[in-house]
Amino acid sequence: MTKLLIRGGRVIDPANKVDKKMDVLVENGKIAKLAESIKEKADETIEAKGHIVTPGLIDMHVHLREPGREDKETIATASRAAAAGGFTTIVGMPNTTPDADNQTVIEFVLSRARKEAVVNVLPVGAITKKREGHELAEIGELKKTGAVAVSDDGADIQDANVMRKALEYCTMWDMPVLSHSEDVRLAAKGVMHEGLVSTELGLPGKPAAAEEVMIAREIILSKLADCPIHFCHVSTVGSVDLIRLAKEQGAKVTGETCPHYFSLTDEAVRGYDPNAKVNPPLRGKEHLEAVKQGLKDGTIGVIASDHAPHTRVEKFYEFEYCENGMVGLETTLPLVLTNLVGKKVLSLEDAIAKMTINPAKILHLEKGTLGEGKDADITIIDLNAEETVDPDKFESKGRNTPFAGMKLKGKAIYTIVGGKVVFKNGKF
Amino acid sequence: MHPKRQKLWQDVAIWQDDFEKRLIDLIGERKLSVKNVVSIEDLSLEDIELIFDCTNLFKEFIVKPDRKINLLKGMSQINFFFESSTRTRVSFELAGKNLSIDTINVSGSGSTMQKKKESLNDVVRTLDSMHANIIILRHARAGSPAMIADQIKAPVISAGDGWHEHPTQALLDIYTMQAKKGAMERQKVVIVGDVKHSRVAGSLIRGLNMFGVEPRIAGPPTLMPHGLEKVFKCKVYHNLEKAIKDVDIVYALRIQLERAAGADIPSVREYSKCFCITPDRLALAKQDAIVMHPGPINREIDLRTEVMEGPQSVVEEQVENGFALRLALLYLLLGGERR
Repeated sequence: MTKLLIRGGRVIDPANKVDKKMDVLVENGKIAKLAESIKEKADETIEAKGHIVTPGLIDMHVHLREPGREDKETIATASRAAAAGGFTTIVGMPNTTPDADNQTVIEFVLSRARKEAVVNVLPVGAITKKREGHELAEIGELKKTGAVAVSDDGADIQDANVMRKALEYCTMWDMPVLSHSEDVRLAAKGVMHEGLVSTELGLPGKPAAAEEVMIAREIILSKLADCPIHFCHVSTVGSVDLIRLAKEQGAKVTGETCPHYFSLTDEAVRGYDPNAKVNPPLRGKEHLEAVKQGLKDGTIGVIASDHAPHTRVEKFYEFEYCENGMVGLETTLPLVLTNLVGKKVLSLEDAIAKMTINPAKILHLEKGTLGEGKDADITIIDLNAEETVDPDKFESKGRNTPFAGMKLKGKAIYTIVGGKVVFKNGKF
Repeated sequence: MHPKRQKLWQDVAIWQDDFEKRLIDLIGERKLSVKNVVSIEDLSLEDIELIFDCTNLFKEFIVKPDRKINLLKGMSQINFFFESSTRTRVSFELAGKNLSIDTINVSGSGSTMQKKKESLNDVVRTLDSMHANIIILRHARAGSPAMIADQIKAPVISAGDGWHEHPTQALLDIYTMQAKKGAMERQKVVIVGDVKHSRVAGSLIRGLNMFGVEPRIAGPPTLMPHGLEKVFKCKVYHNLEKAIKDVDIVYALRIQLERAAGADIPSVREYSKCFCITPDRLALAKQDAIVMHPGPINREIDLRTEVMEGPQSVVEEQVENGFALRLALLYLLLGGERR
């Protein structure tokens, strides 16, 4: 029977509307007690005075790259990056090699995670076989094996009829559906946001409408199938408006965005910086403001990293040939604290909810809160720690970040998974 | 040696000596402020003036009987062309050869890049290790010249990158405009055609803006880049008759014949009905307006043959000026160490 006592921190647990100075007692990997003062003797005590104690952060959008591209990232390295960034649970997208469109891959990810990961790793299965958008994957079997959702990430289903069937079929399994939302024909050969900067750089642009028409379609199909749908990496004015309207009408839709969409605009692509290449692309200023507004009014309930590690050479080509994506596990929390909480876009409680209880609810996870009896996944945050982003210090194998050199305020100092301290003051 | 031949050699040596002296005098203490020319905006107006001054002199050079001049002997120039090109590549190559540079042509197809998937950056680093003195790059992807310029010691001239820029084309175009029409700030210019996919337009609009000219742009909306009027000082027209009215300079772009397949235009036929420079349309411009085109020309689609071969066309002078200008630019970028 091991006991861990976290003393004197400001506990913020949005699910239980808690925001006060409390002690937290952990016993055998579960939250045992929260009280203003706990006198019990523990095996280990953490003095959290002056720091924030929150439910362990959940990142519901991560590319693990394993199996298949272990040169970019492995489940082990992704989990270490997660722990270093304050995440206790990460959710891996199915665009691995082979695709996670069958139980074998899901089983592999879970088994590898049990052996090597320092945080909880939960896999997402594909909606269609090989993520080709034609035939449904065996979603029931994916669910039974442990997939927490389905998504055709990176290769959205273009055929509306297939999407309709997928949504209808998922209702039978109560399986969350995550939409990548891109009309690939409208996106055409675009490699960045279609706007003034794309015109200046002479790069093919993809219009905001490529995302928006798909979100509009998915909202309509979600109503038709009476199936909830979650929108990944929302990045445009129109998308935020559509989701807000759908929510007002009672549709079962939820939205997510990533730090780069509220921190950077397409200006970051100037100089053809491959690290600023991502999909959906970095948008114009008006889109960034809309995303912030969506976060503020609750239209966007989730912040996820869309952590997408690549090898150096994959960002060493002509801009148009470089891979999309940026790493994010180790910068997401500092960016949220600096650009949202620090700039009063979100309260600390709202920001934490978007990285804990909100994603947990969407994925039906018994996580994201510090309720007694729950898994003792806990993150302790120092709001005042200032750090300059240095990719060479990342635990992730990926170095592809547009935030290098940026000074950010606030970071995780303890990451506790199932009652075990896995990351402490910058060390494992 | 036959006395006649010896005399000829001496004559050549005399004018070449004289030419080099005049060139050195002309340049004086001036030098380009840049190492690379990947965007026309890299150049200051003083840089452009210097290039144009030298171009004037090299125009005398290009009509001489023996044009092999020992100005840059021993230097090496790599013409790295990933897209087909006739006039630009030949112009750069001939310019290099005339200056006694060893020129080497590398094409994308059949290279190790295509066959062995070697990255562009790795290839240019290899060339840099062979101490190539200058690299001329034509590439289908925007930003490639700037990217390689960051990787290597040798200067880089862009010979066109994707939809972005083709700076030497704009230089030769503006040189030609000035030579024919005088000071730029008074000129009304219309650029006609597929601006969206045109690196020629990309550099020309920038260059004209640098000279205080706000060109009119004529073409269908599907061939206009997003927010063009906000990015550059220009005015977009979809009606050529209105756009061409009273202009001094008509600049027609090449329409790619495959644009209809991408739904950018219904057909080349309908495009040419709206945007071909015909004698009737040209009559709406100023009487002494000149007609320009970067080539290669789709006859009867971009320009009617009567216009192309008519008295107002300066298409051939553009090519000739381009040759002289590239001689000047190579000399200015590489000759400094010699002097």
